[in-house]
Amino acid sequence: MKDLVKFRPWLPLEDRDACCVPSEFITSGKLSLQYGETSAFKDVSLAINKGCITAVVGPSGCGKTSFLLCLNRLIDLVPNARVSGTLTINRQDILSPATDLIRLRRQVGMIFQKPNPFPLSIRRNIEFPLHEHGVKDREQRAHILESTLREVGLFEEVKDRLDAPALSLSGGQQQRLCIARAIALAPEVLLFDEPCSALDPISSGVVEDLIAEMRGRYTVVIVTHNLAQARRIADYVAIFWTQDGAGKLIESGTAAAVFESPTHALTAAYIGGARG
Amino acid sequence: MAESVGRNHPRSEWLARAMVWSAAALVTVTFCCILGNILWQGLSHISWTFLTAPPRNAGREGGIGPILVSTGLILGVCLSVSLPIGIGAAVLLSEFTADDSVFGGLTRRSLDVLSGVPSIVFGLFGNAFFSKTLGLGFSILSGGLTLACMVLPILIRATEEGFRAVPQDYRLSAAALGLSRTTTLFHLLLPAAVPGLLVGLVLGVGRAIAETAALIFTSGYVDRMPASLMDSGRALSIHIFDLSMNVSGGDANAYASALVLVAALLMINSASDWAMDHWLQRRIVFA
Repeated sequence: MKDLVKFRPWLPLEDRDACCVPSEFITSGKLSLQYGETSAFKDVSLAINKGCITAVVGPSGCGKTSFLLCLNRLIDLVPNARVSGTLTINRQDILSPATDLIRLRRQVGMIFQKPNPFPLSIRRNIEFPLHEHGVKDREQRAHILESTLREVGLFEEVKDRLDAPALSLSGGQQQRLCIARAIALAPEVLLFDEPCSALDPISSGVVEDLIAEMRGRYTVVIVTHNLAQARRIADYVAIFWTQDGAGKLIESGTAAAVFESPTHALTAAYIGGARG
Repeated sequence: MAESVGRNHPRSEWLARAMVWSAAALVTVTFCCILGNILWQGLSHISWTFLTAPPRNAGREGGIGPILVSTGLILGVCLSVSLPIGIGAAVLLSEFTADDSVFGGLTRRSLDVLSGVPSIVFGLFGNAFFSKTLGLGFSILSGGLTLACMVLPILIRATEEGFRAVPQDYRLSAAALGLSRTTTLFHLLLPAAVPGLLVGLVLGVGRAIAETAALIFTSGYVDRMPASLMDSGRALSIHIFDLSMNVSGGDANAYASALVLVAALLMINSASDWAMDHWLQRRIVFA
């Protein structure tokens, strides 16, 4: 399995190894979301495979981010948002009112567009959520702190100033800290909402490589405007489009299939435009 | 056309500048005049004995020891009641009430009206409710509770603004990490809202410590050292009022007391600035 997940981002799509044995982990069935009277997206049925990277792409305002927010029920924080349809993660119905949201959000981590570390020290940013999730042993927390910072390639850069404010880090470092903070809780799914769009090209590349390396270890769902990025890192692609005033899923499949031989005319035009 | 703009522009700018500067100068000069007058007339009477000794001969001689103690106690009662209620109400308004809710709107509107109500009205209310209905009489407790009612609107609104100034990102990322609302509130939002709380505290304490009208009817003007919170106690501002209005020959001590009051206000202001700079920066850091 470990060998299978080895992946180099610059390989052409058709030469890429399968990330895993495809097995559905997240399944949405006719999922719809309404903000008051306006529909954000409608009837989205999508299966997301375990251990793979699924990119959700499409023009602005077609409900990509809203879809992501449903996967960890952060949508509950938006007033007047109403979700219908079915949504399961690991065969658990997560839309049920009985869902333990704290457990769900520990299982499904999220990284936002703008890096948003807490106004605490670098150390506290990672240790504070751990402590609140019941990791009371100081040494264990310190161990997780180091290993997650290493995992995101930040440890060498900050090891001498772990008690410095997290907001003194650069944008790219802050984003990697946010990724470390999310994986410290050992989630199974990681949601990325345009994680590179607020970063400079070099930091953006570092974060992108980091996401590519997560293949096989986490189920990754990434919303991106950057088709080239989706092409580079995604195993599966889902294209959202606004039709009749609501976001719709117009095409989904393996990255190779969607990029090389799109079946939907809109997809072909969208990808063609990005290519041209 | 270009020429006329070139000629008119500096003139109108000069006028605007002159108006802004003279307004600023007027405020500064007025403040300096008042402060200078108080310093000139009061400074020579300030001494350790003045600060600690009891007043004699209706305040013409002696000091303000018991009056300082009463003022401190009234302020203490006021803060220990208004701080918890104030923070609680601000949390309710900013974190647990939807922006467009009727309850929130009504509460905010009534608080804004209350903060504009003249203090004499609070005094009459305090006298009727705390002194008579609750039977607390003329006491430091009545005075402190009345002041708490007066300070609360300011404190709640400023603290609420403090909570609203905390970026929404913190709430979202905390929720995304599976942190409970209570944890988020106590560990992230409350520390981040402290600047707003301090602003409210300084405004509130400033209003409370300078209050006269509300206290005449509630804490009374007995100038003895209070033995308990149920004793009547004379606040500093009432002492100044009494010396300058009712006691002939009390002017010198009135000025000295006013100087102490102004000094206390300045000290509270600098203390909150210091707290903001040192204690807060160490605990929570904004880049």
